[in-house]
Amino acid sequence: MLTAERTASGAEMPDRIADDLVHTITEMGHHDVLPRGACIEALRMVQERYGWICDRHLKQVADILGMSLADIDGVATYFNLLFRKPVGKNVIMLCDSVSCWVMGVDGVREKLCRKLGVSMGQTTQDGEFTLLPIVCLGHCDHAPAMMIGKDLYGPVRPEDIDAIIDERRGAAS
Amino acid sequence: MSYTAKDPEKRPLLALVDQADPPDVATYERGGGFRGLRRVLSGLSPAEVIDEVTKSKLRGRGGAGFSTGMKWSFVPKESQKERKKYIVANGDEMEPGTFKDRLLVEGNPLQLVEGMIISAYAIQASHGVIFLRGEYHLGLERLKIAVEQAKAAGFLGENILGSGFDFELIVHPSGGRYICGEETALLTALEGRRANPRTKPPFPQVSGLWGAPTVVNNIETFSNIPHIMANGIDWYLGLSACGDGGTKLYGVSGRAKRPGVYELPLGTRMGILLEECAGGMQDGYRLRAFLPGGASTAFLGAEHADIVLDYPTPEKAGSRLGTGLAILLDDRASPIGMIRNLEHFFAQESCGWCTPCRDGLPWVEKLLIDIEEGRGGPDDILRLQDACRLIGPMGRTFCAHAPGAIAPLESGLRLFREDFERAVQGGGAVVPSAQERAA
Repeated sequence: MLTAERTASGAEMPDRIADDLVHTITEMGHHDVLPRGACIEALRMVQERYGWICDRHLKQVADILGMSLADIDGVATYFNLLFRKPVGKNVIMLCDSVSCWVMGVDGVREKLCRKLGVSMGQTTQDGEFTLLPIVCLGHCDHAPAMMIGKDLYGPVRPEDIDAIIDERRGAAS
Repeated sequence: MSYTAKDPEKRPLLALVDQADPPDVATYERGGGFRGLRRVLSGLSPAEVIDEVTKSKLRGRGGAGFSTGMKWSFVPKESQKERKKYIVANGDEMEPGTFKDRLLVEGNPLQLVEGMIISAYAIQASHGVIFLRGEYHLGLERLKIAVEQAKAAGFLGENILGSGFDFELIVHPSGGRYICGEETALLTALEGRRANPRTKPPFPQVSGLWGAPTVVNNIETFSNIPHIMANGIDWYLGLSACGDGGTKLYGVSGRAKRPGVYELPLGTRMGILLEECAGGMQDGYRLRAFLPGGASTAFLGAEHADIVLDYPTPEKAGSRLGTGLAILLDDRASPIGMIRNLEHFFAQESCGWCTPCRDGLPWVEKLLIDIEEGRGGPDDILRLQDACRLIGPMGRTFCAHAPGAIAPLESGLRLFREDFERAVQGGGAVVPSAQERAA
């Protein structure tokens, strides 16, 4: 065991990616002109399963798709939806783009940080929530908007935050 | 007249859109779906399809507004058996203030799928990719279902409707970066690389995905194609209120009473969009300026509040139609704060390939923060103007990210000159008081 890394749900991060994922990624690679064409989707799948992409899993995907570690890490760190650091059970993405700014997202951010006791980019002590900024979510007619996991919220007012977070905390446990 | 009423004759794009329960193949066909594809595959040649689309005067709905038929005509003419070609839907909707493509993929994904099959036939592509924003989870799920359903019904795969035409379509969720909306960056991402844009020429129509001829069109553009092929050029031209064809998904965000997306004749006036569709400004707010079509379009002042939203008119006024979804700046928000927000976005989303963009935009953002927070001096306005001159013009950088980033800054420096002057004289940016607004 190299480190005591945890998945987003708090389990021990397995040394190797599960066999079914290895199989799917291998097949995707076969179908593309160059296997590397599958790397972004492959990394998304690994993340979907474990919450974030650890070094060992990154190396494994690189090996399957015939890429160097530096090469695939260059890709992984380019895209903001691929997480190379641990995240909590719920990833909150708060829109910081223009329509949400006009509609008062600053107050929502302040309230979220206070409620969770973290700054933007941090994970709560209990590992329940990671708070990240995101660019426009395409939910501008419901600004200010945010996304928790795969769920869209909006318009979100500072006074809604307590209920939303308490509900998600309850649902996650 | 209600602007949200379902009307397949006048509002074809949204007629079958149902965000709660998108149509399956049977419902889609009952509503007129796949009529266009059936007509195309029962005897039109690829050249005839391109010709009809060109004559329909459909222009790209992603922001650049290039003629769709003409774009297709640049693709080498070999048949799909002779040469591998690709058709790609650009669904990387990340332009701040733009929320129209999400409605189309969530509400009627089969319309997009049919549009892509017809377009693939026109350029003789055998493979298609729908590149979708990574955050559009519901859209991704529904698109995958739509593709499976279309395949099961014989509209995708080999020998479609007995025509001898083969077409395979997949959905690709993005890893997330604004620059992927730039077509060459999008193709680079599909090849599993960091999505830096490529220099043009060669254009993707000649050398695109994996070096093969490729057409990239916006989701809304593709969604128009089935209707053109089913109902004809004259009908399509008749939908429009200007010289180009069709309806357009327009929209409003900001302090309007009913922000949202509205399908209207291309060339509708801003006044109709803002006042009649969106219900005007919220009580206690007045329109000060707006970005007509996303974050990368230049500000237009309130004197343009009834401007014709076709392609040429906003350009004459110094801006662009862009995506057609307007962002409102009201009289209670700080224009400098809004520009600082926009430039933060562009600085963050620069891919870093070209120096003016990579180095210049963070510098612009820092200057704006200083001015906003009262640490700026008169020279800083000149520095921002210099930045516009040095970063903005097309050709200084590979792609249009930097010119897009400069558009709201350059126009904002002109339009809100007094705000900037006042901010650098001390105290920083201020939100106008009620008294000042009344004056």
